[in-house]
Parts: sequence; C-alpha cells; structure tokens
Amino acid sequence: MKKWQNYFGLGVALLAILGITLWPTITGNAYNREVAFNILRVIALASSLNILLGYTGYVSFGHIVFYGFGGYVGFFFITAVGWSLWPAMLAGGISAGLLAYLLGKAVLRLRGAYFALATIGVNEAMRAFINNFEPFGGPVGMTMNFSVYQDYGGPLEALSMAFYVMAGITALVIITSYLVRSSKFGLGLLAIREDEDAAEVMGVIAPNAKTWAYVLSAIFPGIIGVLFFFKQGNVEPQPAFLLHTSIEWLVMVMLGGQGTVLGPMLGAFGYQQMRGYLLTNDFFKNIQLSVSGGLLLVVVLFVPAGVIGWIRQRFPRLRRILQ
Amino acid sequence: MILDVKNLSKRFGGLEALSDVTFELQESEILGLIGPNGAGKTTMFNCINGVYGPTGGTVTFNGENTTNLKTYFMARKGLARTHQIVKPLNELSVLDNVMIGACFGGEGVTLKKAAVIAQEVLDFLRIGDRSDQLAGSLNVGQKKRLEIARALASRPKLLLLDEVLAGLNPSEISEMVNTVKEIRDQGVSIIMIEHVMHAIMNVSDRIIVLDYGRLIAEGSPQEIANNESVIEAYLGDPKLAEKLMQTMD
Repeated sequence: MKKWQNYFGLGVALLAILGITLWPTITGNAYNREVAFNILRVIALASSLNILLGYTGYVSFGHIVFYGFGGYVGFFFITAVGWSLWPAMLAGGISAGLLAYLLGKAVLRLRGAYFALATIGVNEAMRAFINNFEPFGGPVGMTMNFSVYQDYGGPLEALSMAFYVMAGITALVIITSYLVRSSKFGLGLLAIREDEDAAEVMGVIAPNAKTWAYVLSAIFPGIIGVLFFFKQGNVEPQPAFLLHTSIEWLVMVMLGGQGTVLGPMLGAFGYQQMRGYLLTNDFFKNIQLSVSGGLLLVVVLFVPAGVIGWIRQRFPRLRRILQ
Repeated sequence: MILDVKNLSKRFGGLEALSDVTFELQESEILGLIGPNGAGKTTMFNCINGVYGPTGGTVTFNGENTTNLKTYFMARKGLARTHQIVKPLNELSVLDNVMIGACFGGEGVTLKKAAVIAQEVLDFLRIGDRSDQLAGSLNVGQKKRLEIARALASRPKLLLLDEVLAGLNPSEISEMVNTVKEIRDQGVSIIMIEHVMHAIMNVSDRIIVLDYGRLIAEGSPQEIANNESVIEAYLGDPKLAEKLMQTMD
C-alpha cells in the first residue's frame, strides 16, 4: 500500500473546498459568495450525516433537529447572554452532541425503519417544544440586533467572515469524516452497517459505537446552525426544523455515494447546483421537491451505491484512491 | 478447564430449548456437539457466547463466571464463533472482514497489526489471494473459510464452530477437518456442531449429544456411535419392531 494513495482522496477533497472558497474571493462577487456559502454548508451537513448514514447504516430522516437545536442554543447565547460567536458556536455544537447522546441511548436500540421513524418524531417533537418555549421566542423565534455585527467590523465584514469560517468548518468536517473512515472506530461502524449481530459477536461494542457515531454526526450540524442563523440575523422554529431539508441532505448523501468521504461532497455539490437551476426555472420552480424525490427513487433503484460507490464497483483499482 | 457449563437452561416462552445441560471442556480439546434438528445446539452456542442470556444455570469461561455477559465482552475475553448461516460483511473486503475480528475481539490490536494478522490467517485458510475481493463475491466454501478466519484473527482461547462442514463437497470436507485439527494444535479449544457424522467422529476427542434440549449422552466417538439412546434419538427406537412383534404374540 503506497502512502500517497491513502491521502489522495483527502487531498482532492480539501483542494475542492479550497477551490469553492477561492472562487468568490477571486471574482469578488457577493452573490457568488452566497452561492459558495450554501454549497460549503450543504457539503458539511451531508458529510456529517454520512458518518451516521453511510458509515453506520442508520438512516436519520430528522437530522436537521441538531442543526435547529444547536443553532437555537447558540443564537440564544449571542442575543440573550451577549456571548461572541465563537463560544456560541461551541455551545451549539456541544448541545447538539449532548442531545444526540441522550437520544442515542433511547432510540439507537431501534433498527431500520423504526429508527428512521423515531428520528422524524424527535424532530417534530423538538419543533413543537421550541414553538412553545418562551425563552427562545416561541413561534416568532428570535432576532439579532444589528449592533452585534459591530464586534466583527460591521455587517458586511461579518458576512464575509462567516463565509471563511464556514469554509474552515467544512474542511474540518471532511477531515473528521476521513479520519473516522480510516480508523479502527470507523471499521467497527462499517461492521455495524453490514451486520450488527455479526459485528457484536466479533467484539464490536455496538451500542457505544453507534452512540458516538450519532454524537459525532450531530456536533457539526449544531455548530453550522449557529453560524447560519448568526449570518441570517434571525431564527424561527419553522425553517429551523424543516423536515424536507433534512431529507434533501439524505438525497445528497445517497446521490454522491454513502459511506465514502468524497460521495457526500459530490452529491451535495451536484444537488445544490441542480436545486439552483430548478428554482430559477419557470417550469420546475414550484415542483422542485418532487424532482428531488424522483432523483432519490432513481438512485435507490438503479445506483444504490451512489456515484462514487458506482465508480468504486466498476473500477476496483480506484478503490484505494476514491475513499 | 477452559469452559464449565452447569445446569444451563434456556426457555423461549413455552418452549424449553435447553434444560439442565452440564458439561465441561478441557484446554486444547475438540468437543463434538451433535443432535437432531431443533435439539438446541445453536441455542447452546448462543447462551455460551452471550447472544442470549440463559434462563438458568451458569457458564464459567476460563475460570470466570460469564453467565449473562454480553457477546462483545465474551469476544474480547477470547471466545470466537462462526455462524451456521454465514454472516459475511458483504460490502467490505475479505481483508477488512478479518481485520474486524483482530481489531475488536481478543487482544484488540491496532489497525496496522490487524492487517498483518488478517493476511496470515487468510493464508492459513487458503483464501489469502482473495483478500482484496468483496466478501459478498465469495462462494459458499470460501465464505465458510472467511467465517473461521474472522474468528481465528481474534486469537481466541475457545472457538465455537457451528456447522462449518455443511454444504461443502467431500474433498472440501477433508480439507476443513485437517484445518480444524491444525487450529487445535495451535492450542485453541474447540466445540463443534456438526451433522456430517464421519467427520465429527473422526475429528472429536469427545462428543456430547443433545435431544429436545437435554444432554442424553457423553463419551468418546466410539461410545457415542454405539449408544442406544443416541441411535434412538436419530433413528427412532431400534427395538420398536421387536416390541411390536411381542405385543402381537
């Protein structure tokens, strides 16, 4: 096994992120930066979900609950307590991780469709709770005073900074995903995905491994939630816990190739491009989600391994490089 | 003594799958476990390695009471098993499959070391040239070997083999019997469930027989082959015809 091959996939991934980050910087276009921000955001979210969905084989439909909950907690600390963005992001990540830990102890006993259904239930329950939780603003949510941005040199500078922070987080998610994939812990997760009973007989402590995978896949969405709502300047229960957004992440992971590092990146990028095209197209703009649904159906039926998975199957020689 | 099973019972609702089974296993011994279908052989394995918690009785493994210990802790204590219906991790390579055994069972070595051990074990089982292949693409005989390889990679003290000969052709069977003996020669104790009689008689040091969850006989292969209650369990009552003749007189 040659050394460079092991790092090739990671290198390509990080270069791609660098490319997406530099594109708006070079063109100096604020609209491009918004597009790039969203691409980086969904790459990070899809890659986080992939740790649970792709590596561990547990389908989480309601993964957005960590994004919304973490985002809410961080936002609360910024607006109500007056923290700066950095500790707030940390708080968002930790609270999302903690939520996943507790949920994991409860719902990760369920397998297959039952787990998937439970995750939807958890997301809906959380939305209903936040909707009625006055400290978080109830149904109207919370809004940020623009003066908060002064600490970062004004609103424009804050937006620009948020973009580079997003790029950094995305790189961190990809590195984490890669490290998990190539670690002993990751091998245990893959074993659980393939056959949980057999994995346990071989000594994989499945309940613990699953819980940590769940926690790991929840922390980054929590952090990203804080950054996103900070950039938006407000947070509301409805968009923060939007179930179909969660399902879109699932489509991205499936499209690119679950269980690989590059797959979710490619899927997120491709899906985001397609979404942008559909939303601006006269015919498709109102039925954009049905196209996503159809796409998921086609992927599941014909290329269940996704694009990267399909290439890996077709060209076994590339397996070591395309991770 | 590597394994001491005392008064082991397992009840599934109204079905008594195992009742009051007691036996022991010495180090480096091959113990054959036979019995008709549904006698409780696989249930016995599941109770020993912690897949099920037994309803009664105790299991002592390597001097330690391990009754009710979860299966992953048993694996880490040096107990490995194969499954009657093979459970390959299809989408992973053969090497990865075996590495999981080395990484998580027994000593729990690092990935790097696991790769070396896995390749050794695969070579020993003569599927070393398949290590890059996906496990799902192996044929039945190779999958059985993979099951054993995964178990062996954890360097177990005790190996439970559940029908590793089923579905193999005669030449594969004699090869596998030799493999089992070689494994024992490395100091591993083995309990082996098997239906292929000539093989189990040949390979076992001692045999125990289960029928309807009860231990009905224990002894050397010779003794078992001539034991009346064993023949009865397999073939029905051998004296049945005789008895019938008597009642007709």
